[in-house]
Amino acid sequence: MTRLAPAALWWSLAAIGFVLLPWHMQQDGLGPASLLAVASGDPEAASAFAQALRYGRWWFWPPLLALALAAPAAFGAGSRPARGAQLAGLAGAGLALVVLQAWTIGLRGWTMPSLTALFGEMGDRQFGIGAGGALAGIGLLFLTTEGLALKGRFGGDRFVAGAVGLIAACIALFTLWPVAVLLSQAFAAPADVSIAGAFWDRLAGAKIWGIACLRGGGACGVAWNTLALALATATSCTVLGLAFALIVTRTRFPYKRSLRLLTVLPIITPSFVVGLGLILIFGRSGIVNQIAESSFGLNLGRWIYGANGVWLAQTFSFTPTAFLVLIGVVEGVSPTMEEASQTLRASPNRTFRTVTLPLMLPGLANAFLVCFIESLADFGNPIVLGGSFGVLSTEIFFAVVGAQAEFGRAATLALILLALALAAFFLQRRVVGRRSYVSMSGKGDAGLPQPLPAAVRRAAIAVAVPWAALTVTVYTLALAGGFVRVWGRDWTPTLSHFARAFAIESGPSGLIWTGAAWASLFTTIKLAAIAAPITAGLGLLAAWLFSRQRFAGRTTLEFALMLTFCVPGTVIGVAYILTYNVPPLELTGTATILVICFVFRNLPVGVRSGMAALSQLDKSLDEASTTLRATTWRTLSRVVLPLIKPAIVTALIYTFVRAMTTVSAVIFLVSAEHEMATVFIINRAINGDYGLAIAYSTALIVLMMLAIGAIQLAVGERRIGRRQAAPAAAPALVAGASP
Amino acid sequence: MTGPNSTAAAPPLLAATPVDISISGVNLSYGSNHVLKDVNLEIRPGEFFAFLGPSGCGKTTLLRLIAGFNEAQSGEVRVGGRDIARLPPWKRDVGMVFQSYALWPHMSVARNVAFGLEERPLPRAEIARRVEAALDLLGLSHLADRRPSQLSGGQQQRVALARTLAIEPKVLLLDEPLSNLDAKMRVQVRRELRDLQQRLRLTAIFVTHDQEEANTICDRIAVMNDGVIQQVGEPMELYERPANRFVAGFLGTANIIDGRMGGQGTDRRFEAQGLAPIPVPTTAPEATGLMFRPQDAMLDDPSGPDVLTLPGRIAQREFLGGTIRYVVSCSGREVLVDRPFQSAMTALPVDTPTSIHVPRDRIVWLTA
Repeated sequence: MTRLAPAALWWSLAAIGFVLLPWHMQQDGLGPASLLAVASGDPEAASAFAQALRYGRWWFWPPLLALALAAPAAFGAGSRPARGAQLAGLAGAGLALVVLQAWTIGLRGWTMPSLTALFGEMGDRQFGIGAGGALAGIGLLFLTTEGLALKGRFGGDRFVAGAVGLIAACIALFTLWPVAVLLSQAFAAPADVSIAGAFWDRLAGAKIWGIACLRGGGACGVAWNTLALALATATSCTVLGLAFALIVTRTRFPYKRSLRLLTVLPIITPSFVVGLGLILIFGRSGIVNQIAESSFGLNLGRWIYGANGVWLAQTFSFTPTAFLVLIGVVEGVSPTMEEASQTLRASPNRTFRTVTLPLMLPGLANAFLVCFIESLADFGNPIVLGGSFGVLSTEIFFAVVGAQAEFGRAATLALILLALALAAFFLQRRVVGRRSYVSMSGKGDAGLPQPLPAAVRRAAIAVAVPWAALTVTVYTLALAGGFVRVWGRDWTPTLSHFARAFAIESGPSGLIWTGAAWASLFTTIKLAAIAAPITAGLGLLAAWLFSRQRFAGRTTLEFALMLTFCVPGTVIGVAYILTYNVPPLELTGTATILVICFVFRNLPVGVRSGMAALSQLDKSLDEASTTLRATTWRTLSRVVLPLIKPAIVTALIYTFVRAMTTVSAVIFLVSAEHEMATVFIINRAINGDYGLAIAYSTALIVLMMLAIGAIQLAVGERRIGRRQAAPAAAPALVAGASP
Repeated sequence: MTGPNSTAAAPPLLAATPVDISISGVNLSYGSNHVLKDVNLEIRPGEFFAFLGPSGCGKTTLLRLIAGFNEAQSGEVRVGGRDIARLPPWKRDVGMVFQSYALWPHMSVARNVAFGLEERPLPRAEIARRVEAALDLLGLSHLADRRPSQLSGGQQQRVALARTLAIEPKVLLLDEPLSNLDAKMRVQVRRELRDLQQRLRLTAIFVTHDQEEANTICDRIAVMNDGVIQQVGEPMELYERPANRFVAGFLGTANIIDGRMGGQGTDRRFEAQGLAPIPVPTTAPEATGLMFRPQDAMLDDPSGPDVLTLPGRIAQREFLGGTIRYVVSCSGREVLVDRPFQSAMTALPVDTPTSIHVPRDRIVWLTA
């Protein structure tokens, strides 16, 4: 039995893309009709080959030539290294030429004035890349990696080569390129102003950097607002998170388990729910204001709208995140170190101050920076509560959706936000990189965790318990708001909001989903369900590559991936619309762009759960498989994937949940056709229709809780099954470290 | 637990002729860390060979190089004459047993053993036959449906071996396979390993830091230190004629006295600090030290003229059961002397002045 060599397969795929399928995007999508249209007289529906042959689109000849020349090598003529060199060279050149033509020839001929000056007017144009172009690109990409593997790169492993190529291409296409476009837009200027001048005007403008508020007159610049808010939020969240973490790990506080439940909240709730809850309590018609007015005749005003409210809401939203980080930090402090201190006659107070706290410092700094970054990137709370208090993420949004659609300004603001996020990200990497204090070895930690000194314990409980109560209150009220007619005015219990959102009528032709929310809910679920397996798959693949394979350029790729994780959602949103509004990839307004956005926003979830699971698997389990003649791909599918099944399930569900609850990036990308649940809710909330917004949020939260509960059930059980199997591999993890 | 079924007829696995392994000019570094330095080695067909050395000496790296998990910057690895240095692990026909056994917890014993055969792929009936043969060879037939987690350490070890042998590798690599077993099991399994290798006539390489394991199992040993092969030879040869101080000290206990050769012709002698010059034959190499084993030295018993004599005083005494080890202090040096234990009466007490006598033919001249 002879199988078609993989190189031949990729070559054929690229050839189909060039010769048979319509190269450009088709208005009506890709159906049988468009396939027939390839042969018709319309140049826009033709394949690249036909366009070059019949319509004089000469720019398709070079990549076609490269592909044709690569045919002998693809179909197996010559020695492996020679074939590899030919394939890598020719297919790589073909890919570069495809990218080049897509980039330089756009809707109005040459995309750059310099090219027009050089070659004269193009007199032709091309639309975005369609099925043919995409297939040709994919074929050429993998033909290149196949060639590199044949040449002996990547340890001669074609699967690793292909995986590296795939991930590198994804990062380049969906992160680096959009961010680069954003940069160039920030520098773009109206014709009459110099480029640097326009950029400088926008960058240095008083609306961004003004400090009028310090002198008591007017508002401060949004950059200062953002920074001050992020610092305040990070501080409060870290303090609260530490109090919670200390209580959970170092005291006999009776409700520890319920406190841990808090950590699930930010995952299942869209970020603006807390904002809605605060409005219902402290807003103009909120409970507190109503009571104050009716019993004391006090008018508490609108203090919740603005910096105070956003800060409060973010503290509610991100304290669980800090808590989660700090549980690990507190647990990581080796009890023996504290015991050693106490045997040297230090009092519990002194031990806490001079040993425990300093040991936790890097961890505290990490939690602080994580919350800082979250606050920078947060969009939901500022948009709901900010009022006239603008932060970068909301200003970017208003610049884009505003009447003037100032993309240049949005790009500049996004650039500042990106710079802040990157700075915090690098700082965090350095802090985490130096976190060698926390004892990681499983050895020698015989000691029991020391109970907290009484004073510290009392302080922690005094801070944490009221806050936990308040959190529960905010969430409860936020959800209760969906069950009364008009909050603050008409307290009649009602289900009418739910009815408006989720009404179903039975018509003559079956059920009719008449509720206002159904369309967006179905779209969201559908797109999140499409995105989840892609996200989990790519994330696990990346995790596997980085934790198990050594190849040239690994650190660079890993770093690029980490960078994509820290780009704030609003920045990605703006970058995407700027990039994908025009050819070569015209994706704006499609469902595809939403799926891509979900995938790349949530990739960290997949990568992290993959990394965690793989670090539990001794490498010799894979190696045993490869010595038994299983190739890398077979090893992955037969040994590694079955063993990390729980991580796969977790990654799938979490990426699904996060796709359902995300706001910041998708708000720029939704279209009338593809509306997202969160965006729908935000728009209702902005219009003051809290009842419907809250009813919808409640439904979402319940849905998410069910999803998370499902994994707890599925994965929890798996873990018990694994524990029995664990002893076999356990000694290896410790002993197998010899070089 | 049942041992390997030694009453079975000629093993159904591995009828092929054994192959040799030739490693030449291999260099490997991780960044600035030079792990293997110009390694050259010839392993004969059907030989049970050991890489012996302290941890970090590069022995596991060298083994993994043969398996295909490490790539050398230069050099060749030939198995049966074929250069395999550029092949991925799954094309090498090399079987490896891991220190951790690396049994897959999600598969039964039989599925574990069948894995490599399914990857070839072989017809289902043939797979079943070979799995049975491999399990039978190692006395595991009754455990075929168990999960690895339900087996004892020794059984897991055997499953790992059966899984490797089932694919009929040309070379068997064993990475400290005994280190996760208790002391008693270790002795038993190492005999079984030797027996199995002899019956299958398989070229095998065994990595260990335990000289006793290497000595008892292997035909020849390569002693490694710091990425360099120090000496290759049969166990007794290495013990009797170590090539340098490292081998002398690593295999067994050694008394080493540093010094240098002086004089010319018949007047040639070995000079060491605090020691009368020792006349040496003209044929002795340009040594920088002499070495003798503790059990080759006598105390107060110059039973021949041709001896080296060191006056001293007993500084410590350790009773080891069959022998007594004396630590004798000789002009600032500590020399170990092992004497058979006869009775408490004849044992020398601490602080007794004594003299050590070593027959000249038990002295090894060290040049490195």
